[in-house]
Order: sequence, then C-alpha cells, then structure tokens
Amino acid sequence: MSVAPVEDVEVVDHSQVETPWVCIVWNDPVNLMSYVTYVFMTYFGYSRDKAEKLMLDVHQEGRAIVSSGSRDAMERDVTAMHSYGLWATVSRES
Amino acid sequence: MGLLDPPGFRRNRHGQVWLHLPDQQRTVLRDLLEQLDTMLTPPEPEQPVDPLAAMVGIDPLAVRPADPALARLFPDAYTDPEAADEFRRFTMHDLRTGKRDNAATARATLEATNPTRLTVAECHAWLGALNDLRLTLGTRLAITEDESGHFLQMAEDDPQRAMYLVYDWLTYLQDRLVTAVSRGLRG
Repeated sequence: MSVAPVEDVEVVDHSQVETPWVCIVWNDPVNLMSYVTYVFMTYFGYSRDKAEKLMLDVHQEGRAIVSSGSRDAMERDVTAMHSYGLWATVSRES
Repeated sequence: MGLLDPPGFRRNRHGQVWLHLPDQQRTVLRDLLEQLDTMLTPPEPEQPVDPLAAMVGIDPLAVRPADPALARLFPDAYTDPEAADEFRRFTMHDLRTGKRDNAATARATLEATNPTRLTVAECHAWLGALNDLRLTLGTRLAITEDESGHFLQMAEDDPQRAMYLVYDWLTYLQDRLVTAVSRGLRG
C-alpha cells in the first residue's frame, strides 16, 4: 500500500476560460436587408459576400452569430449594433 | 436633377451624396425628427443624479423603457433581464446621446438649400435617424413582415393610413440612402 502523498492537481475549467462570447443579431420586420448588409460591411469590415450571407442567416433563421471573442469585445459589438438600430444580444457560445 | 428624377438621396458620378427634397417633404421630415428627439429626451429624474456617474456616462436609474418603441430603440443586450438592466445602466446614456445627435444633424441639413450636399458623417446620421424613425413607426403600427403598400388596402379614413404612408416613404428614403452610400464600399 503506497503512502505517497497525493499530488495536488490544479483543476482548470476550460469551459470557463476558452468558451468565447458571441454577438447574436436577431431578425426583425423593420430593418432593410440592404441596411443590415451595409452595417455588417462597415462596422465589422466584412466582405459583401460574408455580410450578405450573415444578413440572410438572420432573415431566414431568425438569428445569426455575427462575431465572437471576449465578453468586453462582444459587449462593444452589441452596443454598436444597438446604435445602428439592429437588435443584438451577448451570450456565451454553446 | 431632371424633372423625372425621384426625390431623395442620390450619389452623383463624383461620389458625392446629395439630398434632393422639396420644401414640403423637408417640413414633414423636420417634424418627424423633432418628435423623435422629444421621445428620446430623458424624463426628469425623480432623485438627484450622481454627478460623477453622469460625467462618466453611467445612468444608475436606466431600466427597460415601458414604451414599446423606446424598448425597441434600447433593446435588451442579454436574454437575462437582470444582466440586461445592468448593461443598460452603463450604455443607455451614450446610446441615447448618439441617437439624439443623429436626429439633430439630420435636421440641420434640412435647413440648407435644396439640393443639399451631405458629408459622410451626415449620411451616417441620416441612416441612423431614418432607421430610428422606421423602428418607432414600425412598432406603433405593429409591423410584422414586409407590409409595403399595405395602405393601399386601407380605408381612406383609417386613422393609421397616414402613418403607413409615412412609414413607406421613410423606407423608400432609407433604401435610396443605403444604395447611395453602399456604392462607395469595396465589395
């Protein structure tokens, strides 16, 4: 029977450290598709193709993840979306 | 501008954006922007505001607005209501200021002679202000999907008919402006 002490193991909860936060844009019946595409291109610097794909995801699926990163960065993105009049929320990527 | 050219925002071949709008329409827009600003004006606080908090842009009393149109202009940033309110205390003041600035900038350009050349910053202010107006009217009319032309089916004396007409007109103006500014973007 071993009497060697049990080594302390540092437990790192990777779900807390590595799971990024996301900015989700939700569909609404008022915002123009062209305007939403324009916002994605100018604010995020996305290409027209990427911006249009995200806009269509929002329109057809009801929502789309438009950016991911630290919580601070996502809160900045959501605030910017609100300033443009888009409906956006911050959440942890699942 | 030819006689057959429609009014609104247009980009010329030099890449400049101009607002072509007759006086009557300028007056309607001025009124709408004034109403938007009144709606965005914060209510008088019931308790004295902490001057330090006000200086750094924190509104300790910010809550989800009871008016559905205002709630759409200042939406929840988190699905959890407590987190949403917390976030609002730190962001609502600046968001409100930005929206009021947009409305003021747009209004100022309406005072200039027709047609009016717009700077990039003025185009941005117009985009934001037109969108806030459409969100407000869209909420009041409970717009649920693309309802353009809906007023055509409404009775002449329906009190909401005028609001639908204005909503469609604002949609047209915003669409023209998005087209004008989008042509300047790299693909």
